[in-house]
This record gives sequence, C-alpha cells and structure tokens, in this order.
Amino acid sequence: MKNSLPLILFFLLVTLLGVGLTLDPREVPSPYIGKAAPNFNLPKLYASTDSISLEDMKGKVWLLNVWASWCSACRSEHQVINRLVKNNQINVIGLNYKDDAEQAKQWLANLGNPYVSVAVDRDGRTGIDWGVYGVPETFVIDKKGIIRYKNIGPVTQQSINDTILPLIIELEQETS
Amino acid sequence: MIPEIGHAALIIALVLAVIQALIPLAGAQLGKTRWINLATPVAQGQLLFVGLAYACLTYSFLVNDFSVRYVASTSNTALPLLYKISGVWGAHEGSLLLWALLLSSWTVVVSIYSSSIPKIMLARVISVMGMVSVGFISFMLFTSSPFVRLFPAPVDGRSLNPLLQDPGLAIHPPMLYMGYVGFSVAFAFSIAAMIDGKLDAAWARWVRPWTNIAWVFLTLGIALGSWWAYYELGWGGWWFWDPVENASLMPWLVGTALIHSLAVTEKRAAFKSWTVLLAIFAFSLSLLGMFLVRSGVLTSVHAFATDPARGVFILVFLIIVVGGSLVLYAWRAPLLRSVGQFSMVSRETGLLLNNVILATMAGTVLLGTLYPLVLDAMGVGKISVGPPYFNQVMVWLAVPLYLLMGFGFFVRWKKDSVSRLSRKAIIPLAVSLVIAILLPLLFAPEQHWLTFIGLISASWVALTALLWLLNSNTSPFKLPLSTWGAVIAHLGMAVTVTGITLTSMYSHEKDVRLAPGEFYEIGDYQFKLIGVKEVRRDNYVAYQGLVEASEAGKHLVILHPEKRTYSQSSMPMTEAAIDAGLFRDLFVALGEPLGGGSWSLRIYHKPFVRWIWMGALIMSFGGLLAAMDKRYRRREKNKVEVVSQ
Amino acid sequence: MKNWIYILLLLVSPLHLQAAIETYQFEQAEHEQLYKQMIEELRCLVCQNQNLSASNAGLAKDLRQQTYEMVSEGQTQAQIVDYMTQRYGDFVLYRPPVKSSTALLWFGPFILLFVGILVLIQTLRARKELADKPLSDEQHDHIKHLLDDGEK
Repeated sequence: MKNSLPLILFFLLVTLLGVGLTLDPREVPSPYIGKAAPNFNLPKLYASTDSISLEDMKGKVWLLNVWASWCSACRSEHQVINRLVKNNQINVIGLNYKDDAEQAKQWLANLGNPYVSVAVDRDGRTGIDWGVYGVPETFVIDKKGIIRYKNIGPVTQQSINDTILPLIIELEQETS
Repeated sequence: MIPEIGHAALIIALVLAVIQALIPLAGAQLGKTRWINLATPVAQGQLLFVGLAYACLTYSFLVNDFSVRYVASTSNTALPLLYKISGVWGAHEGSLLLWALLLSSWTVVVSIYSSSIPKIMLARVISVMGMVSVGFISFMLFTSSPFVRLFPAPVDGRSLNPLLQDPGLAIHPPMLYMGYVGFSVAFAFSIAAMIDGKLDAAWARWVRPWTNIAWVFLTLGIALGSWWAYYELGWGGWWFWDPVENASLMPWLVGTALIHSLAVTEKRAAFKSWTVLLAIFAFSLSLLGMFLVRSGVLTSVHAFATDPARGVFILVFLIIVVGGSLVLYAWRAPLLRSVGQFSMVSRETGLLLNNVILATMAGTVLLGTLYPLVLDAMGVGKISVGPPYFNQVMVWLAVPLYLLMGFGFFVRWKKDSVSRLSRKAIIPLAVSLVIAILLPLLFAPEQHWLTFIGLISASWVALTALLWLLNSNTSPFKLPLSTWGAVIAHLGMAVTVTGITLTSMYSHEKDVRLAPGEFYEIGDYQFKLIGVKEVRRDNYVAYQGLVEASEAGKHLVILHPEKRTYSQSSMPMTEAAIDAGLFRDLFVALGEPLGGGSWSLRIYHKPFVRWIWMGALIMSFGGLLAAMDKRYRRREKNKVEVVSQ
Repeated sequence: MKNWIYILLLLVSPLHLQAAIETYQFEQAEHEQLYKQMIEELRCLVCQNQNLSASNAGLAKDLRQQTYEMVSEGQTQAQIVDYMTQRYGDFVLYRPPVKSSTALLWFGPFILLFVGILVLIQTLRARKELADKPLSDEQHDHIKHLLDDGEK
C-alpha cells in the first residue's frame, strides 16, 4: 500500500535515531587497528640525550599511554595505570604530549611513574602520526609492532578488566 | 517564590493542555457541542498559564535570581538588559518554554481568526495543537524544567556565552520557532481533515495564510542565522551545512513545497493527499530538528547541552506525533483523492515537479546529515559529510528548480502546449543568456561556468516573474496581492541566488602580516594598518585595530576590528570589522600580535554577499503579501453548521 | 569519557568560533589555492563542527602547519588526503570519499529525483486512466440527482 510508505520510512528513521542515541558521534576510531604502528624516535624525558624508538619495543607486548601534565583527566587515569603496572608487570611507554619537561617530571614525581620510559613529543608530531586527537589516549601494541586496540579517553578500571588486560594476556601468547 | 509560581503555572498549563487535546476532539467525534465550544477558552487558559510561567522565568532573569539553576547558568549581573531578556531562550530549558509560549499563542490567534471555519474543524485543529502543547510542557516538567532551584545559590551567574551576546542572535531563535510552530497549524488542519475524511478548496483557503506566515518567519529566522554567522564567526562563511542549520533548511524546503501545493488545492481542489503529506512532513521535520539538536545524536556547533535521556523523550514524542499522523494518513488518504484532471503539460504538473525537486532537496539534506549516523550504526565506520558534498549536490538540484520556476508563471492551468511555452520562453531566455554571459565578461576578473549557471538561473526567474506582472491583461496594480506576493518571492529567490553565485565565485580572502603603516591590496581596494590600541568596556577588554580602507586611492572608512577578552572567559574573541555595501563587503579581522607592532590580519573582499539576505527579506515580504490577500480576510459567516453523526 | 571531552573543550574553547589567522607565505599561487582548499575540506577533530580553517584548537593549528609543509613540498591533494586519512580515518574529510559504502550517499539524491519523477509520471498516467474511464450508471444517476437538486 503506497500510502503506508511514509509510515514505513518513518519507522526506519526512528530505528536509526534510536540506535543513534546509544552511539557517540564524537568518537573517532583509529584507522590503525590491525596495522603497523607508526615509527617514532624521540628523546627520553629523564635522559634527554637518549632516545627511544618503536624498534626498542619489538618482540614485546606494550601500551603507549599519551599524557600531559596540563591534562586533568590524565590524573584520574594515572592511578589506574599505576595499579595495572604494579599488579601485572605490563610494559607501558609514556608519550608526553606537547608538554613542558619540568612540569612533566614534577607531575610524575607527585603521581608516580609506572612507565618503562617516557618519550617526549614536544611538538605533537608523533601524536599526529599515531592519530592522537585528544589526551589521554592509550594504545595496545603486540609483539610484531601491530596496534591492536586504542582506548580513547582515560583508561578506567572497567576497561582494564573488560578489554585491555584480557587482550594483553592473549597477545602475550602470540609469538613475535 | 516566583519560580515556584512559574512551575505551578506550567503544571496547570499541562492540565489545560490535556483537556484541550482531548475534550474538543472527542466532542467533535461525538457531536457534543459543549465540548466543542470548550476548545477556544481552554486554549486561551493554557496561553495564560504558559505566559505566566514565561513571565516568572523572565522576572527571575531580570532580578538576577541565581537560585534558579537555569538563570545561574545562562545569566550574570553584568549582562546587558537585552541579553537578560533574550537569555531566557538562550539554552535548552528556556527555549522549550518559548516554544510552548509561541505554540499556545498561535493556537489562540488561530481560534480568533476563525470565523469562517466550521466549529467542528476548529475544535479538531485546536485539539491537535493541544496535543503538541502537551508534549512540550511535559517535556519541560519531566526532564527539563527551567525552574529547578540551585542550593546554595551562587553569588553570580555563569553568564551568557559572549558569542550569544548579540542582537542578531537574540532575535534568531524566536523567528525560527515562530516558523516551526507555525507549521503545526497546517499540520493540525491536515489531521482534522483526515479525521473528517474530506478536504476541499475552502480548507486550503483557511490553511494558506497561516502556512505562508510560518514560512515567512522561518525564512527570516534562517537568514538571520546565516547573517549572524557571517559577521560574528569571522571566517566570511554564511552557511556551513551544520546539522542544526540543515535542521532548519529541511522544513523550509518542504514548507516551500507545501505553500505551492496549497495553492493548487485551493484553486483546483487537486493535490489533496500531497498537501496533507507535505504538511505532516513540514512539521515533522521541525520536530526532527529539535531532536537532532538536543539529543546528542549528532555533533553540532549549535547543540544545546545534549542528553540522551532527553533524546529518548523527544524520540517518543516524535513517534507519537509523526507516527500517529502517518498511520492516520495510511488509513484515511484514500478518502482525500482528488479527481481533477490535467494534462502532462500544465501548471499542475509543473507544480508537482517543483514539489518533487524540493522534496528531493530536503531528502538530500536529510541523507547527508544522517549518513554518518547510518554508517556508524551499521558498524561500517565513521565518515563526515560536509560542505563539499552539500554544495556540489544541491547545485545540481537547484538548477532544474530554477528552470522550472521560470515557467511557473506563464504555464496554464489544466492544459498547455510545449509550443506555446517555447514561444513565451524565448525572450526571457535570450535576455538571460546575454546577461549571464556579458556581465561576467565585462566585470568579473575571471570566467567560470558556475557563474554562468547562477546568473542565468537568477535572470531567468527574475525576468519571467516581472513579465508576468506586465503580461496579464489586467494592469499590474489590479492584480491580487497573492500574485504580487508570488512575483516578489520569486524575485527574492533570484536575488539570493545571485548573491550566492557571485560571492562564492569572486570572494577574495588573505591572511597578511602588517606593521603599522603597511598595506595590502585587493583589486582597487587598499587596506592600511594604522595601529592597534587597547580599549575597555563593561564586560570586556580588547585590542582594537585601526585599519584604513580606501578605494582607488580615495579614503573610504576606518575599520575597527577587535580582539576581545570577556571578563567571564579567558579565551579571546574576534569581532570582525565590516564595511557593508550593496555590491560588496569589506571585512577585516584581527589576528595575533607578531612582534614589533606587527599584527596578523585577515582581509576579505566579498562581492554581493548582502544580496543573499536581501533576497531572503524580499522573499519574506512576498510571502507576507500573499498571506494578506483579501480573500483570506473576507469574513464569511458560516452558512451551514453541521454536527457530524 | 565525558570528562576527557570536557577538558579538551575547556582548553580549546570551541565555543569561541574564531578564524585562526596564520600568515603563511607560498611560492606558487597554486600552492596557496591548494592549501586553502585543504584546510576547508579537512575536519577539525577537536572542535568537530569546524574545518581546520576556522578552528582555533591546538591540533588544528598543528595540522594546518603540517598541511602547509606538505603543500609547499609540492604534494598533491590526493597525497595530503592520504596522509590525513591514514592517521584519522575518513572522519577527517568533509568531502566523503566515493566508495561502495558511500555510493548511496553520492548517488542517492539523483536516485531520489529519478524515483520522484517516476512516481509523478505514474500518478499522471493513473489520473488520466481514471478520467478516461466512462462513468458507471450509478455515477450517472448520482450526478443527475445532484444537478436536479442544485436547480431547486
């Protein structure tokens, strides 16, 4: 019945909008999932003449946590990461994003330093290379250097328990 | 105390709205005259109490009552009076109250100017509008009350976003809402007709003026938004295809199709089910727009504080109102069949085609706006659909529309011939061709086929509209207002598309670094930076640049672009300086100090940009004239009062 | 999650929708043209309702700088688009790419128009048929009745 066509189309529209209410239009998924992590070679925060690169982490399962001292959401997240590293011996590299070195060191002194190393991305170029668009963000990278997961926004205990930790355990089983 | 009175008033208004929604409608079905006659007084009562609630909220703003959470988050003691008044509708809760107020006002006005409408139909119309009122008032009472208190009350409010502290922006929402709400009248009449099971030319005559007026307000509201964005946001743009802009454009496109469809229903008793469907769509799109802006489903620069819970409420409301009306349509549309006949080449066909194109344009805007959501919902990924898409696609749809507009005036009702139309078209077409080719050659720095398309469309529509005035056998001054209205509205469309074409093709923009004394040239214009100084006002401090603009060496004006820092926020805001002109705007925005007294500046030359909004004003004037046509103001006594079985 | 967004918003204050003014110099006019076009067609990921040209966000500034460098090196539009989508996905493009998932988007309007015109032609034909159909005896009587009544 062609007079019912508008009703049917409306019904489809409403279904779409209903689904839309459960989604977040602001979230930008990473195109890197399943792809090789972009290379980087950055000075370390605590030893500025030394550098750390993607190569250094080959063969390991690790997290890249993008943070900055000016980011207040990073504060709440930091305790979760501290706990994660303490309880599970996970490798986490910090990417200090567009920050001041002294303030960054101070911040870590106050809140604790769970990082294997902290790479300094002063101008944010590496962040752009990784598709970072906000702080904090955390990536999970496997032994082959492939990005397997991106956590947009602060990691919560929930996301650790539900997604990140199980993934890390699974990735540890893989060969390099 | 006052906020509590306001809150109580809303509750009473809701009760009245429920009565308004149910009793007259039932009365019309059951033939109870008493219940039918209740419609008008109850609607008036509802207006009284919604008005009281609105007054209470305004009062709270005016006395700086920051114990009201809405006032605290939207206002501030230092805020100028105008923005305390307009701040009432500056955010979600208050804007809903404005919607409700305008809706009940329209309802009462319709009830007053209804002497020629049978009481049964009027009762149904008022009831349907009452149902919409119930929706809005309950939305407020259950999820978004403007009267929620804040304890402890802050000493001062957070203040209105400086961007919103502007007269143009103050008036833009009320104009838009007058349009959105106005379409509920045609909607209500359509529901009434479907319940009745019949619809005739008289019905169309009742509905047309209300719809034209709603269309006028919506046109003005959209134009105001565009104009405001242009001078306030500082990047020379006037339309960004942002979801909320699209949310206002869609009802406008469908509303335009509706006013044309109504014309046919009135004159030829044809297009009945199309008209009803368009009326449902126009209002539905208004409500959909409200959903999109307030639910958080799409990101928008206009979005009110979004909240999925509110989104659910509006969605349910949409389902009831729109779903209900479409169910009614599916069931009753067959009763509205028009049997008038017309040939393939006729004004009827032309208007139908016109409506197909307008509906396609509205559908396209909807498609582009919702497509990212579709892909996301299907898990396919995230994309963005922005100006490059819309600009490209809409141009292709607008061209046939303008072509058709030209024929609109002289194609005959019922039956016409291609040969007659070709004869009529030759002169305006030829002149348009000359205009579109010659003018750019003579005046424009470069040629482009898009300029040609824009200019030929504009001239074609303008010339055919003017020819219609001169061509008919009567003197133009004896023609009815509705004809004048149509001619002027079409002229407005021509003016707008000229503005759009010329400003899109020939604008020039440059970011420059200037030290005091240095200048930059665009064509014949020269912009010299004299200097930058500091100024202080009530609620901001600013750097004010002095830029001298001259044309061909002759001094024109000193422009004062500013970079303001409002006391409420630490982020600086650019206030561009514009030298507005009929044929071009000169636009300067201040950037950053670059050291040594130099500053970065953005300089624009925007030819014909004002024509975009002038065209909208002209269109609105045309719509207004059409609504004032004598035949709507004839006070006909009801010949037959039929109480239905 | 929400907090993180709010932090971002507070810091870059997208409510102040001000054009960011940068005075880049270009060696060739085409470069400047391409730059302007690109920053208008790329979406800001922070102030997500602005393009890179209008946004004041830190990331937008960085991406404009990046775009400027790529344009000055002589990279083409396709290369720049590639660079951006590699890092941020199709979301960063205001001009949606033409692929199978967006076919409906790009061709939709014309399909809609086409369908609309088809429906129009159908309606006209059906109307003609209806009008051409001779009246039944019943309908004849009905009309006669009405006409007779009207003459009273």
